[in-house]
Amino acid sequence: MRSAACNAWVNCVTDGEFLFLTGDLGYNALEPLRERLGDRFINAGVAEQNMVSVGAGLAIEGMNVWIYSIAPFCYARPFEQIRNDICQHRLPVKLVGNGGGYGYGAQGASHHALEDYGALLTLPGMRAFVPAFSVDVEEVVDRMHQIDHPGYLRLGRCEQPPDQEVEAFSPWRRLVRGGGISVILVGPLAGPFWQHMLSMTESTRPDLWVLGELPVTDISNMPPDLLNNIAANGLCVVEEHGLQGSVGQQLAALLMGGGFTPPQFLHCYAKGYPSGTYGSQSFHRRESGLEPGQVMEALGIAP
Amino acid sequence: MSFFAKLRQEARCRLLQMHYDAGVGHIGGNLSALDAMLYLHHYVMSTEDQFVLSKGHAAGALYVTLWSRGILQESDLCSFHNDGTLLSGHPPPGCLEGVPVATGSLGHGLPMACGMALARKLRKQPGRIFCLCSDGEWQEGSNWEALIFARHHNLSNLVVLVDVNGLQGFGSTQAVASMNDLGKHMEAFGLRTRELEGHLEASLEQINTGSVEDRWCYLLQTVKGKGISFMENRLEWHYLPLDEASYRQALAELNS
Repeated sequence: MRSAACNAWVNCVTDGEFLFLTGDLGYNALEPLRERLGDRFINAGVAEQNMVSVGAGLAIEGMNVWIYSIAPFCYARPFEQIRNDICQHRLPVKLVGNGGGYGYGAQGASHHALEDYGALLTLPGMRAFVPAFSVDVEEVVDRMHQIDHPGYLRLGRCEQPPDQEVEAFSPWRRLVRGGGISVILVGPLAGPFWQHMLSMTESTRPDLWVLGELPVTDISNMPPDLLNNIAANGLCVVEEHGLQGSVGQQLAALLMGGGFTPPQFLHCYAKGYPSGTYGSQSFHRRESGLEPGQVMEALGIAP
Repeated sequence: MSFFAKLRQEARCRLLQMHYDAGVGHIGGNLSALDAMLYLHHYVMSTEDQFVLSKGHAAGALYVTLWSRGILQESDLCSFHNDGTLLSGHPPPGCLEGVPVATGSLGHGLPMACGMALARKLRKQPGRIFCLCSDGEWQEGSNWEALIFARHHNLSNLVVLVDVNGLQGFGSTQAVASMNDLGKHMEAFGLRTRELEGHLEASLEQINTGSVEDRWCYLLQTVKGKGISFMENRLEWHYLPLDEASYRQALAELNS
């Protein structure tokens, strides 16, 4: 998704007010943006706290600021700077974390982001965007560019099934219509689930949705079809994020507050490192029970 | 009495009253920084300049300084620390003229000031960013990150000032993390550094004489609790509020 994001940022540059800060990351991806921006592309070095505060200072002066790093270095290291300098000032600074969830695989826990949007969404004015596919990124970047408050973009690896066309990005999209339980996915995990569903018959497979913008704060913004099916057949939320601050928690509270009582509720989330060992993104997903087959089994749906 | 001496006396008295009325402390570090803030706002800064108070616990001194410039009103100061005030104990975000950034957690003001200075440099806009830090604040790593950044981007429109009062929250700076050679550290990070007497008008005048092509750091030798005999160089006045007797005594000393 990084290349798609780079192209989208290049297209956003219409004047000298667009400024991009990177924490010494972006090799083999952001070079076109660096060339386009010239002195407005700043490698702030390995100093994330300073980078975020500098971004806030630039935004106070009215510049359109984007800040990029590997996801945990973007939100965890400089969390207080995001909280105090960006969010408490309600500055429209956009943060970009590459490799959300277990995206950096066997690089290890330091490079994983299992609590990024949960932590950031506790901050005033913050919205998080989680594109599922590379083709989403241009629209997401454009939306973020327009908003006048802080934003976080969680980038991952596109796993779009071959030969499947994706509907244009919107916060809620139905990927596969099904007659069973509603399954809501967050981000690139949608790809393997979509692929899995293609071999199932419509009447028995889940109704598959992908969510791309957080938080969900108003039940009236959820598609009526989805709500009706949740009420009739239940809800399963699958996300590559820890339990606390998760979409599953958000939706459970929201639905209960709205009087919805799904007949079934299953929440599949990132469980950290159950075996204490490390491996690929797929390995970690399996350990957390996030693979499509595991979720189907947990739901009691025959493969 | 010179204009500055009169200004300072009035400001110190108003600062004490404000803290006494509110029943709050941080008076020592306000009094060490107040003179430099007054001097900057009355004699140094133009309308194009901005001031960032990185040692946010000296917000009272900043509010009094802005009051002395007619930016804040008497009624504003009377609300200090009260319910419903905009004048919180540390500078608030985005609601007061003369307070471009909120601070309070140390090590934030200087990096933000760097961003403000960079924006102006990129746009070729005039104006300097003055950033006042505490001396204990240099234990924050983010400040050193900011100096690396300021040097690399040659932010000559950034002026760093340090209130060197020698005392921090729970000990002297010497006892907690001695940095006797703060000036040498600053020089090593690319700042031209001068030591000034932070309570002397004749010394503070040198802030106006630094060459514009350099990045400047002024180490202000100050006294915590300056002007009040029982507060001067006393650690406890980092936190203590004034009771009535000590308030009366302090006012008497300032007016003597």
